[in-house]
Order: sequence, then structure tokens, then C-alpha cells
Amino acid sequence: MTELIYLTVLLPLIGFLINGLFGSKIKNEKIIGTIGSGAIGLSFIVVLLILIETLGKPADQRVTIVTLFQWMKVGNLDISIAYQVDQLSILMALIVTGIGFLIHVYSIGYMHGDKGFWRFFAYLNLFIFAMMNLILADNFVLLFLGWEGVGLCSYLLIGFWYDRKFEKSTTASAAKKAFVINRIGDFGFLLGIFLIYMTFGSLNFTEVFTAANHIPVDESVVSFIALFLFIGAIGKSAQIPLFVWLPDAMAGPTPVSALIHAATMVTAGVYMVARCSIFYAMAPTIMMVVAIIGLLTAMFAATIGLVQNDIKKVLAYSTVSQLGYMFLALGVGAFTSGIFHVMTHAFFKALLFLGAGSVIHGMHHEQNIQKYGGLKKYMPVTFITFLIACIAIAGIPPFSGFFSKDEILWYSYAKGNFLFWLIGALTALITAFYMFRLLSLTFFGKERFDKHHVHPHESPKVMTVPLIILAFFSIVAGFIGIPEVFSGEGGNQIKNWLAPVFADAHSKKITYGMPSHFVEILLMVISVAGAAAAIWLARHVYLTKPGLADQIANRMKKGYSVLLNKYYVDEIYNKLIVQPIYKVSDGFLFKFTDVKIIDGTINRTASLIDLFSNNIKRIQTGVAQFYAIIMMIGIVIALFWIIVSLI
Amino acid sequence: MIPTALEFQLLLPVLIIAAGILISLIIEMFSSKSEKILPWFSIALFVSTAYYSLLTVGHERIIFNSMLAAGGTANIFFFVFTFGAAIVTLISIDYIKKIGMYYGEYYILLQSAVLGMMLMANAQDLVMIFMGLEQMSVCFYILAGFNRKKIKSNEAAMKYFLLGAFATGFIVYGIALMYGVAQTMSIPAIANGLLIYSDNIIFVAGLLLFIIGFSFKIAAVPFHMWVPDVYQGSPTSITALMSTGGKAAAFSSLLIIFTPLFATTQSTLFQPYLVVIATLSMLLGSIVAIAQTDLKRMLAYSSISHAGYILIGVAAGSELGIASVIFYLSAYTFMNLGTFGIISMIENKDEGNLSLNDYSGLGNKKPMLAALLAIFMFALAGIPPFAGFFGKYYVFIAAIESNLTWLAIVGVLSSVISIYFYLRVVVVMYFQKDENILNVEDSSPALLGIMISALLVIVMGIAPGSIINLISNFVK
Repeated sequence: MTELIYLTVLLPLIGFLINGLFGSKIKNEKIIGTIGSGAIGLSFIVVLLILIETLGKPADQRVTIVTLFQWMKVGNLDISIAYQVDQLSILMALIVTGIGFLIHVYSIGYMHGDKGFWRFFAYLNLFIFAMMNLILADNFVLLFLGWEGVGLCSYLLIGFWYDRKFEKSTTASAAKKAFVINRIGDFGFLLGIFLIYMTFGSLNFTEVFTAANHIPVDESVVSFIALFLFIGAIGKSAQIPLFVWLPDAMAGPTPVSALIHAATMVTAGVYMVARCSIFYAMAPTIMMVVAIIGLLTAMFAATIGLVQNDIKKVLAYSTVSQLGYMFLALGVGAFTSGIFHVMTHAFFKALLFLGAGSVIHGMHHEQNIQKYGGLKKYMPVTFITFLIACIAIAGIPPFSGFFSKDEILWYSYAKGNFLFWLIGALTALITAFYMFRLLSLTFFGKERFDKHHVHPHESPKVMTVPLIILAFFSIVAGFIGIPEVFSGEGGNQIKNWLAPVFADAHSKKITYGMPSHFVEILLMVISVAGAAAAIWLARHVYLTKPGLADQIANRMKKGYSVLLNKYYVDEIYNKLIVQPIYKVSDGFLFKFTDVKIIDGTINRTASLIDLFSNNIKRIQTGVAQFYAIIMMIGIVIALFWIIVSLI
Repeated sequence: MIPTALEFQLLLPVLIIAAGILISLIIEMFSSKSEKILPWFSIALFVSTAYYSLLTVGHERIIFNSMLAAGGTANIFFFVFTFGAAIVTLISIDYIKKIGMYYGEYYILLQSAVLGMMLMANAQDLVMIFMGLEQMSVCFYILAGFNRKKIKSNEAAMKYFLLGAFATGFIVYGIALMYGVAQTMSIPAIANGLLIYSDNIIFVAGLLLFIIGFSFKIAAVPFHMWVPDVYQGSPTSITALMSTGGKAAAFSSLLIIFTPLFATTQSTLFQPYLVVIATLSMLLGSIVAIAQTDLKRMLAYSSISHAGYILIGVAAGSELGIASVIFYLSAYTFMNLGTFGIISMIENKDEGNLSLNDYSGLGNKKPMLAALLAIFMFALAGIPPFAGFFGKYYVFIAAIESNLTWLAIVGVLSSVISIYFYLRVVVVMYFQKDENILNVEDSSPALLGIMISALLVIVMGIAPGSIINLISNFVK
């Protein structure tokens, strides 16, 4: 069964080819949608069967490498198209194909009537193809291929409505921004790959990680590898300082935001760092960097999320913030918790985005939450599922978000320090607050839209059924990771499942004595109580006493406008980085180096070759005798040479 | 020694084609529907041979009293020839009707030419090589002039025949000199005494003349003069076969001669010669192609420069070099067949629509053909992820490992030049306003052949590692 893993890559590719090549001819949305979703659905079934088979194997035999064919061989570098099926990749594959499938189905309803319907499904399938390569790869080159592939799809899908306006410019420039900023991260990633090859002489995961585990390597080298890889992760997973592309990525259709910019692609950085956990375990300094960047991002993005008025923007900043949590987990060495949060977050964040999409769909593409209000009665299913997702992300037990987030907070205290926990917990409160602000403004209170023109309505079944399924998992997904303080020793199933993957990393890292159960439960109670208070506060400010929010905003005008303008990060980057680079590029690199030096040289060379070409052409007279003479001259010279060289 | 049944079995690829020729003759004589039957019969013949060749690639033996070889690289060449010929047949079906040159012997001559190629690839005796070469060449002389009503076609046949006969003279002369010294025509026997012979000036001169004769067949500068005229004048489907199968067959004979030489200490004896003609071919081919406006003529020069790249692999003189040559030839065969297939579809009755400007706006008019042609142009230019890139890549790697780094650099520079004229086609198709009305008759067999070529070009570009490994196993 495990050998069939290639199907999970092949099926989306076939779907992409069919819809991409013939989609414009098929035209029928039902057929296109069925092909697109079916390819992913079948992949999901295959992954599920592989999971079942793997569960039946003993824990130390759950890694299988499926080699399809040799890709290229240069010197000692031997790269194959090979997939590593292990606990980590199976889990990621389940998330990608499972949630991917639901979002595909949802898209059939959401994209109904769009003139680019077939193009949308072709891109989505291509994305899944690339993403599966990314998570299943057994070597860094194939992983990088997938990494770039998902980047490309992200670009294509952000700019999907390339003829539409987005904020001050177009969706195309939002797509470009995402692509360019990701290049910075990719550059770091590439450097990391080069350094790995220089150090270990291989790019195959098994070989590299085994070597790293057993052969003594200079800590500074490993630190650089870990740092470079992390730079790649920063770009892809939108962490400080490269997070600015993700909010703009909301220019794409909402299912894209759910699939790519919330549930799967942006967590690729987390996956990659977890996959390379051994390097990080060997480089404690870099781990600290990872934890601090994650923590700062979580806090920073959450505060911006407090005041945003675009429903998708709030969710975007919330995603950045949650990704920060995941890196915090990785940074304190709680790799399992990081991946656990990837999973729970995928459920509730995909649900939030799809719910937002449902609202936007029902409100005729209005995205400003100040113009919503009271939608509860118009869209009951969307409301209930959205509410579930909000409770999950706020970290209220027993919803899934509680388990993963609390585990991260606990480890940041146990393996990190009190400050980590404090900031983390504070961020959790802020998260609970802005999520219920969003909920209150959207579904409760006065109806602030123009009732004559806007007629809110519930979305069709094809959209609401995925919402219900995701809501179900947002509630129960946490139960596979019940903390050991409740479930007893070895009761945390996801931890047991992933333990072999991170065993080497854990053995490298020095672990301190764990604080007592009492502290754990105490911290848990504090954070839950805090979240509940934040929810109450949000309802109080936005529902019970409307107007209070404006008063607060007025009183703290400066702080409010700093947050509303996202700390002016875009403006600062523009002034400090973009403008200077642009000036140097335009003045020196373009007008001088390119036009004068490069183009000049090339044009001269080209005209020289043209001249040659037109003259040599004349030798071709068309007279056969002349041809024979040229041949004869060649033969005579050759014979003369061989005779001279032998004598 | 009387050949055993096993030997006949191993020779089956050759025997299938030979028997096929005889059956085709009978079909042509007695069936009134031969024009419908023969192409598909040929395709069945070619494809079954291609399949059987790959199936028995592992059975390497010398058979028939050291006259022939079976299995190994010979079978890989068989596959290239026969599968290539199958694609040529697919392209021909509607093309020869359109041009008005349907004569029954067309397909029979194709089969005979392929039989000649196969003998060139598995010969172990100088006489066998010569026989195969002549069988292929004579068929090509006729096929080049097959469009009897057209002066250009007749001119091409005449020139090809005159200059081909001239080159054959040198091959025979070379064989005679070698025989004079070695007292044998058997290549394994010659290989045994090669170290002694390689000091003998008569033998070396004979070998050189032999190689020069084949330099003519592979279209290397300065023995290339016939190529532009013949490629342009011949019917397009025939140009397709000549530039691919014909070239590959000539290279296969060169490899048979060179492989024993590479195993000796004298392995670099002919390196200077090979390096010079490789350099000249690459540069002259690429540079002059720029000035061409006729697509077939441009591809003729492109074919010259590709001969140069392939010669780099021969000059490298290593196992990797030989493997890279075979890889390159396979890749080149399919990308060139696809290109000529598209040209043959766009060409009209009076051999018009062959100039570059006729392709303007093809991207709008025939998006499918344009996209396929773009793939082939990218492949020929050597842009990944298509087969052409890895062909060049392996050849250059082989050169670098044999301390011929500068030759690889020349190769890269020449590739850069060649990108200009390959991509110009793409530019014209997609960015030039169309001035003319283009009537392209659809031909599903041709389109099928083109798509199979494209598929192979892509597969060889995605999984080059596995293919070069397969080839390397049989290169010694």
C-alpha cells in the first residue's frame, strides 16, 4: 500500500493537466469541479489507507522510502524522485489532501460562474501537486522543487483576478509582492542547501540527518545551516521581518486564502524546520532565535489584528500570529506541539476563512466588518461553524485549539522561561478578543448594511457541508493530543506517533527537569480564564456598549492609528529598502550597467555575429563541384596533420 | 560455423524489418489498397521491432561468426531508429498525399533505409558497416528526389548522390588501407592488434579516411556543404528521417570504430581531429543559422551544430562520453522529428509556408501546434526541463572530465548563439502580427506522432538520470 504514495502526487498532476489543457473546452463547471476535487479526494483516500497500514506496523518500522526514478546524477550528487513516507509526512499529507479536498468542494460553489473557473481548479490541483512533493520529498532538492512550486501557485492564485483592483493597486502587484518577498527567504534556503551539501556531501534526508547525528560537526557550521533554513521558513511562513506579503495575499479568492495562506503552504516553513529538527537541536542559539522570532511575530500580528476592519485581513494577521506560535514551539524544542498546532490550526483557520468566504459570498463581496452586523439570522450554518472556529482559536476547552495552544504555552514555560509564557499567554488573550470582536461585529448587533441593495443569504450546500465537516474536526481534533497530565503517561497520542521522528533531535538537546503537574494545571487555568475574560470583554465593548470602541480609539488616537496602519511596516520597508534599491537599480544598474555595458557589449557581439553569418552564408554557392573542393581541402589538411603527427 | 537458433533469435529485430520489406513488396504489388495498408503495416513493424529491441537489450553477444553484435547499445540504437521511423511514417501518411507524391515504394524505401541503419549499428565487421551504409544511403538518394515533379527535390537528390558517392569512395579507400595492414576486416580482430597498428601510418591514414567519410554522413564541418541544399530540397518527412536516423546511424558506426580505440593507450589519437571538426561544426552551424529565413534550411544548420555537440562526447573518449552521445542522439532524434513533423503539417501543396514569416501569429491560429513547436524549439536550444538540455549537459560533463573544459565552453557559447534563432521562431509565432492567411490541413496521424515526440522529449528531460544509467550499463 505504501508504494502507492506516488498516486497522491500523480492524481493532482493529472487533474491539473486535464483541467489546464482542456478546461477551456470542457466549460461544464460540474465536470471541471468533479475532476479537480475528485483527484484530491482520491489522494486523500490513498493517504488514509497508508495511514491505516502504517498504524499496524511497529513504531520503529514506520519509515518507508518509495523511489520512483533517478532524477539526476552529477559526481557524488545523486538525486532521485523519491518519497519518504513516515509519521510526519503522513500527518502532513492527511492535512493537505483532507482539507484540500474540502476546500476544492467548497470552491465549486464559491467560484460558480467565474469566467476562470477551469483555470482556478487547474491551479489548485497544481498547488496540491507541488505541496505533496514538498512534504513527501526524501531529499532537499525535491523539497525545494515543491517549495518553489507552491510559491508559483501562490503567485498565480493571489493574482487570479488579475483585472481587479486591490486596495491601492491591483491584485497582480499583491501577487508580485508575495513572490518577491518569498525570493528573499528562498535565497536563504538555497544557501542552507548548499551548505548542507558542502558539509555532508549529500542532500538525501536520511543520509544527512544520520551524518549530522553521528559525525561530529562544528557547531558554528550547523548553526549557519539552521539559520539559513530558518530564513527560508521565515519567508514562506510569514514571520518577522518577511510577514508583509501574507496580508496582501488576501487579494486572491477566499478558498485560496483558506488552502494556501492558512492551512497548508504557510505551514511549510514549520514542517521544514521540524523535518530538520536535528540541526536545530545541535544549534541552541538558533533555536532561541526561532523562539524569539516566533513569539514576537505572534504578539505583533495579534495586536494589528485588534483593529483591522477587513474580515480577511483580521484572519490574515491571526494566521501570522498563529504561525508565530508554531515557531515558538519549535524554538523551545517542542517539535511535536508545533506540528500538532499546524494540524489543529489548519482545521479552524480553514474553517474561519471559508466561513468568511461564505459571508462575503452572501454579502455581495463586501469585506468590511463595519458594514456587516446581525447576520446570525440570515446565515445560521455559517454563524454556528464560525462560532465554533472562534472558540477553538480562542483556546477554550475542549475545542481543538485549546490542546495545541496550551501545550505550546506549557512547553514555552517548561523548556523556555516565564517571559515566553507570559507573552504567549497575553497573545492568546488578544487573539480571543479580536476573534470575538470579529464575530460580534459580523453576526450580532445592528444590521449596518444597506438593506435595499444587500440581501444576505446562506450559501449553498456545496459550501456549507465543508464548513460543517471542518467544524466537527475543529471541535474534536484536539483529542489526539490530550496532555499527559490528564491522560496519564504515554496518553498523548500524537506525541507517541511523532516521537520517532524527533527522537534524534530530543536526544541531542539537553532537557531540564520538568516543573510539576500543579504548575501545569495552574498555568492552564490562568490562560483559559484569561481567554474567557477576553471574550466577555469583546462582547461587552462591541455589543453591550456600542460606541465604547470608538471612545477608546479616540482616547488613544496615536496608538490606534499605529495599529490600524500595521506599525507602518510597509511604509518603513518602502522608504528604507525598496526606494534605495529602486534608485540604485534605475540610475546605476539599469541606465548605466545594463543599457551601456551589458546591452552595448551584447549588441556589438550580435551585430558582429550577424556580419559573420551573412558572409559565411555566401560560401554556400549551390554548386556541387565547389562543395567537393571544400571537402577535399578538409581531407588534405586532415591527412597532412595525421602524417605530420605520426612522423 | 553454422549460426544457432539462438543467434537468429537475437537478430530478430533486423529479421523482422527484412521480412517486412519482402511482405510490403508483395502487398504493394497485389493489393489495390496498398496506400492504406502499407503505412500502418510499417508502423506495426517498426513499433514491434522497437519493443523487441528494448526487451532483449540485456542479451549482449557477438553473433554470426563475429559479423554482428546483438543486445546492448546496438539495441538502443535499434529502438531509436525504428521508433523514430514509426513517427516519420505517422508524419508521412497525410503529407505525401498533400504533396502529391504517393508512390507505393515510399514506405518500402523507408523500411529499407531503416534496415541499413540497423546494420550500421550492430556491425562487427568493416564490410558489414559499408553494406549497411550503402543500403541506407541509396534509399536516401532515392527518397531525397522522391518529389519527382519538383526541380528542387531532384537537385537535392543529385547533389546528395554525387557528394555521397564521393564520401563513400574515401570510406572504401580507408577500409582498403586498414585491411592492407591488419589483414582482416573483423573489428574485434583489429581491436586486438590495435596498439601495434596505431603506429603504422598506413593503417592510421586508412582509419582517418574512414572517419572522414562518416564525418560527411554526420554533417560535420567542413564536410557539411551538402546538408543545407539537401535538407531544404528533400520532402520534409525525408529530411526528418535523414537528419535524425541517418545521423544517429553514422554516429553508431563511428562509436563501433572508436570504442576499441578508447580502450587502448592511444585513446586520444584522433582527439585533435574530432575537437577541430566539433568546434567548427558548432560555431559555423549556429552562426550561419542566424541568417536563414527558410525554416528547413535553418534546421539544416542547426543539425550541423548539433553534430558538433555530439562530437564533443566522442572527443571526450570516455564511457560517459559514449553514453552521452547515445543519450544526445536519442533526444535529438525526437525533438527534431517533432519539429519537422510540425513543419510538414504547415507546409502547403506547393512547398510554400516554409519561411519564418509564414509562422507569424501561429500562436493564435493553431495554439496546439504552436505550443508543441515552442517545446521543441526550447528543447533544441537546450533549455530545461526538456531532453535537449540534458543531452548537452552530459556531453559537456564528459568533456570536462576528460580535460576538455575549453571545448565545453565553446559548446556553451555556441548554445547561447543558437538560442537566438530557435527562440526567434517562438517570438514570431506569438508576438508577430500575422499578415497572411494560413491554411493548415489537420492531420491526426501526424499530430499523434508529434505528440509522442513531445512526450518523449519531456520524459527524457524529467528523468534523464534513469535513462543515462540504462545506457551506461551497456557502454564498455
